[in-house]
Amino acid sequence: MKDVNVPALVVFVLFFALVTVMGFLASRWRRADDAAHLDEWGLGGRSFGTWVTWFLLGGDLYTAYTFVAVPAAVYATGAAGFFAVPYTIVAYPLVFLFLPRLWSVSRVHGYVTPADFVRGRYGSRPLSLVVALTGILATMPYIALQLVGIQAVLDVLGVGGGEHANWFVKDLPLFIAFGVLAAYTYSSGLRAPALIAFVKDALIYIVIIVAVIYIPIRLGGYGHIFDAAAHKFSAPKSGGSMTLPDNKQWTYATLALGSAMALFMYPHSVTGVLASKSRNTVRRNMAIMPAYSLMLGLLALLGFMAIAAGVGQGDKKFNAQLSVPQLFADMFPDWFTGVAFAAIGIGALVPAAIMSIAAANLFTRNVYKEWLKPTASPADETRIAKLVSLLVKVGALVFVLGMDKQAAINLQLLGGLWILQTFVAIVGGLFTRWFHHWALFAGWAAGMAYGTWTAYGIASPATKHFGGNAAAIPGIGEIGYIGLTAFALNLLVAVALTLVLRAVKAPEGPDETRPADYSAEAGDEEPENAPEPVAAH
Amino acid sequence: MPSDPDATEPVMPEPPGDRVPAVTPERVLAGLALLVPIVALLWVSSYDKTDPPAGGVPFFYWYQLLWVPVSAVFTVAAYLLINRDEKARTAARKAGGAR
Repeated sequence: MKDVNVPALVVFVLFFALVTVMGFLASRWRRADDAAHLDEWGLGGRSFGTWVTWFLLGGDLYTAYTFVAVPAAVYATGAAGFFAVPYTIVAYPLVFLFLPRLWSVSRVHGYVTPADFVRGRYGSRPLSLVVALTGILATMPYIALQLVGIQAVLDVLGVGGGEHANWFVKDLPLFIAFGVLAAYTYSSGLRAPALIAFVKDALIYIVIIVAVIYIPIRLGGYGHIFDAAAHKFSAPKSGGSMTLPDNKQWTYATLALGSAMALFMYPHSVTGVLASKSRNTVRRNMAIMPAYSLMLGLLALLGFMAIAAGVGQGDKKFNAQLSVPQLFADMFPDWFTGVAFAAIGIGALVPAAIMSIAAANLFTRNVYKEWLKPTASPADETRIAKLVSLLVKVGALVFVLGMDKQAAINLQLLGGLWILQTFVAIVGGLFTRWFHHWALFAGWAAGMAYGTWTAYGIASPATKHFGGNAAAIPGIGEIGYIGLTAFALNLLVAVALTLVLRAVKAPEGPDETRPADYSAEAGDEEPENAPEPVAAH
Repeated sequence: MPSDPDATEPVMPEPPGDRVPAVTPERVLAGLALLVPIVALLWVSSYDKTDPPAGGVPFFYWYQLLWVPVSAVFTVAAYLLINRDEKARTAARKAGGAR
């Protein structure tokens, strides 16, 4: 068992206590007029301005797992792991095109989830259900991975007890962290992570800025760091390279594009967007979110610094996921290691809270109210959503403790692939009503089946199935991201079947939205609503 | 910003009355501003090399990092253009409603 790093642990616990207090007090922040409505608990009253949204989205999208996994990928593979940078650069211009429309139509009709929109647009309950279930399915392993992020930090702090500790001692800190998180999410809803995100993002910025200045000074400059990395990857079977081999360029580009398209299909991203108070708030945020991308890029470089610092050198079984926490512990004074680990730990809590709220909203709106109890009042919805948010977290905890950690990582990779299959129905629907809802359903099914099956067939040294996210693209012959190939198949099926269904004049569901709804700004919906929108709530 | 000479002209003729056409110079330019970073980053072979390095950092890495602030500038430009476009649309709608 490793020694406990006491100063670091004390700082870590202090920060943790601070955000816990903030989490509970958050329910009084911008107190609601009608606290029983799901808009309040699940979307923070749809009232967040530009800066709150910026912190919330930053806290939401750039998770603890990102902080651990991105530099770990660079540490292990070099250039290929850097794809997170083009991914986050491409994402914002891409979503700039459609998120304002999603915000507007959701505001006019009171939609809380993307599946609400699909229900209203196509009048199709089955399509809405699969969009909701895909969202829940993709979110669950993501929450579980936040726990993996906390575990990595606790391990390096020495309180995890290592591999051989009794499982209860080993996981007790994790139980406490998640118990506290569940309690304040239950009581404060989306306001808790929104408030805590300020602390999280501030800590992360401080730690990254200090790290990219201080660590290179100690290691002898960036030139030396990259030389050390180049030396490591020049060895045969190093598993990585400083630039991409020609046959990996397609993989790099398709992973960046596919991940960027998937990013704002995730329910927790949509929750962050719908909680903002105006259409322009959404647009402004797409312009200022790259500040986080810059941070992520610098963070990725920490993977190379870990190589140069000799982290894990000579240890064949070294877990790459620990490379950055270990680098911090080796390089920083103890108290600052505590700050850095607090940043990662709190960085897990914020997204875990938002993800569990988003999954709870989906279940409540699109499964419970739609299929089980259509007469549910907004107060019933809030009550159910709060309970489900607890269940989701317990589920994630059981998942991480009961199953192989590798399974969580595999499932999260699959989650990205799955959530991308809702893109055609959601983004297509924001611009056109041309697609037939059964064609979209079939496209979704085809994409899910193809993607899952192909991923199942990929082995890696760590796992027999789901060992990667790239495979040969049929018809092109290059290796590309499976999710994007599945998306192309999805789109193809949706287009072809829509043509057929239109030719046979298959009946369509009612569309409750009107063209003007997609460009509505806050405050101007009342005078324009000549026909009263049906089923707004 | 790369300026396509054709892009500054409205593709559709101005319809009579005060309706703003679907395709305006602002929208086209904003679309281009959003497209530039996407194309630049997905064109991997254009930057998949180590030379020239900057301050010890290989080209592959500093070039992509540089694109983060550059892409933000393009997105801000798109934001300003779309804002102008929407103001014009709102004004036109109000004028139309007052008729």
